[in-house]
Amino acid sequence: MTDHAGPEGLALPAAAATRAEPAGAAGEALRWWRRFARNRGALFGLGVFLAVLVMAVFAPVLAPHDPVAQGVGKPLAGPSLSHWAGTDSFGRDIVSRIVYGARIALVVGILAVLLALVIGVTLGLVAGYYGGVVDAVIMRVMDGLFAFPIIILAIGMMAIVGFGVGNLIVAVAVGFIAPFARVTRGDVLAVKEEPYVEAARLAGVGSLAVMFRHVLPNVMAPVIVQGALRVSGAIITEAGLSFLGLGPPPPTPVWGSMIAEGRNFIVMAPHVSTLPGIALMVTIVGLNLLGDGLRDALDPRLRRGA
Amino acid sequence: MAGRPLLEVEDLVKHFPLRDGALGRLLPGRRRVVHAVDGVSFTVAAGETLGLVGESGCGKTTTGRLVLRAIDPTSGRIRFAGEDITRLAGRALLPFRRQAQIVFQDPYASLNPRMTVGRMVGEPMLVHGLVGRAEVGERVGALLETVGLLPEHARRFPHELSGGQRQRVGIARALAVGPRLVVADEAVSALDVSVRAQILNLLVDLRERLGLAYLFVSHDLGVIRFVSHRVAVMYLGRLAEVAPTDVLFKRPLHPYTHALMAAIPTVGDGAASIFDEPGRLIEGELPSPIDLPRGCRFKSRCPYRFAPCEDVEPALAPIEAGHAVACHLHAQGGTP
Amino acid sequence: MTVRPDDLPAADVVLDVRDLTVEFLTEEGRVRAVDEVSFQVRRGEVVGLVGESGAGKSLTSEAILRLIRCPPGRLSGQVWFRGRDLLRLSEAELATIRGGEIAMIFQNPGGSLNPVFRVGDQIVEALQLHRPEPRRTLRERTLDILGRVGIPSAAARARDYPHQFSGGMAQRAMIGMGIACVPTLLIADEPTTALDVTIQAQVLALIRRLCRETGVAVLLVSHDLGVISQMCHRVLVMYAGRIVEAASIQRIFHAPAHPYTQALVACLPGAGDRQRLGAIPGTMPGLRALPSGCRFHPRCRLAEARCATEEPRLSRLDDGHLAACHLAGR
Repeated sequence: MTDHAGPEGLALPAAAATRAEPAGAAGEALRWWRRFARNRGALFGLGVFLAVLVMAVFAPVLAPHDPVAQGVGKPLAGPSLSHWAGTDSFGRDIVSRIVYGARIALVVGILAVLLALVIGVTLGLVAGYYGGVVDAVIMRVMDGLFAFPIIILAIGMMAIVGFGVGNLIVAVAVGFIAPFARVTRGDVLAVKEEPYVEAARLAGVGSLAVMFRHVLPNVMAPVIVQGALRVSGAIITEAGLSFLGLGPPPPTPVWGSMIAEGRNFIVMAPHVSTLPGIALMVTIVGLNLLGDGLRDALDPRLRRGA
Repeated sequence: MAGRPLLEVEDLVKHFPLRDGALGRLLPGRRRVVHAVDGVSFTVAAGETLGLVGESGCGKTTTGRLVLRAIDPTSGRIRFAGEDITRLAGRALLPFRRQAQIVFQDPYASLNPRMTVGRMVGEPMLVHGLVGRAEVGERVGALLETVGLLPEHARRFPHELSGGQRQRVGIARALAVGPRLVVADEAVSALDVSVRAQILNLLVDLRERLGLAYLFVSHDLGVIRFVSHRVAVMYLGRLAEVAPTDVLFKRPLHPYTHALMAAIPTVGDGAASIFDEPGRLIEGELPSPIDLPRGCRFKSRCPYRFAPCEDVEPALAPIEAGHAVACHLHAQGGTP
Repeated sequence: MTVRPDDLPAADVVLDVRDLTVEFLTEEGRVRAVDEVSFQVRRGEVVGLVGESGAGKSLTSEAILRLIRCPPGRLSGQVWFRGRDLLRLSEAELATIRGGEIAMIFQNPGGSLNPVFRVGDQIVEALQLHRPEPRRTLRERTLDILGRVGIPSAAARARDYPHQFSGGMAQRAMIGMGIACVPTLLIADEPTTALDVTIQAQVLALIRRLCRETGVAVLLVSHDLGVISQMCHRVLVMYAGRIVEAASIQRIFHAPAHPYTQALVACLPGAGDRQRLGAIPGTMPGLRALPSGCRFHPRCRLAEARCATEEPRLSRLDDGHLAACHLAGR
């Protein structure tokens, strides 16, 4: 009768063949994709995101006209064959401005979320792992951030540091740090009690290494989903700020300021405000659906803990 | 030097403070604590396996954690290989961490789901500088073979392995630094019967080969009997009885030890059931570890309690060589 | 009202399970977790369903009361209980049987009790579903039940919330709720696995006593061979979804016919100066990758060529002893 020495992975096909699908990372990705693709809304959202991405990246190729060139068409002309979205009060082609506007939207949206994520996750990680006073201080600051309306915060910041895309990104990011910190901290509190974290500590692994090598990878899944969901919020915030005039200065094409510019002509030339508005709306809805789809696809894995 | 036990634990105490509200903290009066471990002393010799057995709330898991300095004792002394490690912390504990390791109960939660087996087993080796990055793969492979896995398992993630395989990984990780003492915290309790047997055989083999000492914490008397040289029975934070394994099972002295053994269902002949015998099983439940009763902790459930048990807590006293009991019935001069 | 055991007619079959099958529709296809399981439980008898994790024993017990969500599950076969096939009844009819004539207790007693209601109230509510009597009568009955299951100070305890109950007491309360309506069949799925050994003994002794006093039939699911050995009159051993051996308690562990049962018993750290435990190499196969022929053959020390191609059927060895093995009894 064989004892422990039977190599379990070898001679016994049953044990190794329990997983019929491809092993390792490739198998996981495939299963994830299948789950994601079942959600029509998510696929639509993915499509929207890809479309916006393509617009942003290939703007010089896709835009029929120079977005800042004035007078390429009669001012305030409605949609026509030569100008699919018409022209604004300066005679600039709106379609081209919408296409280029995608750049600002995506750049600010994604970078702001990334910045907020890096800062927020680090704060949440430190707060959750060390606990005590550190946790209390960090989380009270986060509570304060939560309480502030993002727009007011951003306005205040821009008033102090001035305009420009960089500052816009930071201003938008500030409003999103707190949610990331909170989500991360919650999961860190749970994960740090897991036996494998204790095992690492007992093996002599230092605190920083434990935090970043053991705890962080296991809290990232919900954070990533949060990130995807927040990009749309960041874009809305950026559009709002631009609408208020705090965005990149004219003539840079930005959806928010385009909507603002069209305010005075809303009756006689509604297309100037409406079309950028529709572009913004479709982008937001699409990104939300994408984020939801990501979360749903990842959820069973989150629950399984793998 | 020779003959000095590897691990010496003296009057170890761990009280966990209860979190009273802010108001409770301000008001004067006795602070309430959970008496998880309340004065425990024992030794473990090099190469010896001491079984620590008891039911939930007895403090055996906490004792294992204290011995490994995973948590700080409230009071008492822990000596490892002659050195007092009770108050060490941080980097000063690093040399000790090489000498003593742990195997956990839950094969699913004790491995990092996002790390490969190879990285997990190799990490302790790298942390302690036992091997360079170039050779770690080979060492990990050899170690995996020692515990009955294959070197190629190093590339797998925990969720691709069965419960028994994961537990082997946990053992490999514990052995990675070459420890002299391994605390097995219910290491086989979560495994199926057939896998449990495999892992127990493995642990016994490793002990012979590597000269390991085990502090084997378990609630399962059958497993304890198989794997231990000596057994310590815990109840509500204190030791009730300590004896070599066969002595304990042939001549249990403490009423709680009796009760434990009487309650364990072993495979019988099917003629009669132990659960049908009146008076065989003890009644009652564990008293609260917060408000401990005066006198002997077992008195509320002990069928033999008498006058001294009410007020005086019995001390763990040796009855014969290697056999100690904390019970007034067996105290010197007491009436058996 | 107690029923004396000698009043009962012998071999009174309470539960007759025939070819019970539980299938699941998964992403990878159809999977059979329980495969044509058949057995009977008689009045006043404790039948044990034993196996390791993944064998399908819990699913079998849940399938009897149709506690499995279908779809994705699918039940087939027949479950005869007092002249009716439970698998063919409507939900409404089944609801009157559950908790009434058939009671079920689970592993985690804390999880079965609603934390926001007092324990006494929950028992009254359970009683009310099956016995429309005035509340006052039900309250008295509740206290009586708590007393019968050995909970001291029943009146005070009935007013407690579940979190104030220890594990053992909560499980006893669950048993109390179960027997409150004098069930004909009690299904206990790992009822003491989460309890300390001394408390486990009290709870199991209670179940034995109830079985003697009321003649209730018990289906006990457990992975603990010791518990099974001390509790049951008959034992069914399950492996990878099938029953591989069925025998009386005197036979099953001392003269087992199936190599798996034999190996399982050899795994136990019994009275031992043994240096080594008998162990079974490998692990139970996953349901999606079942071996050809006999499901146990890759791990069996007696396996022959025939075992890899032909799946053995459960056959009668002698009176009351069944085994699914080509080489039974060796």
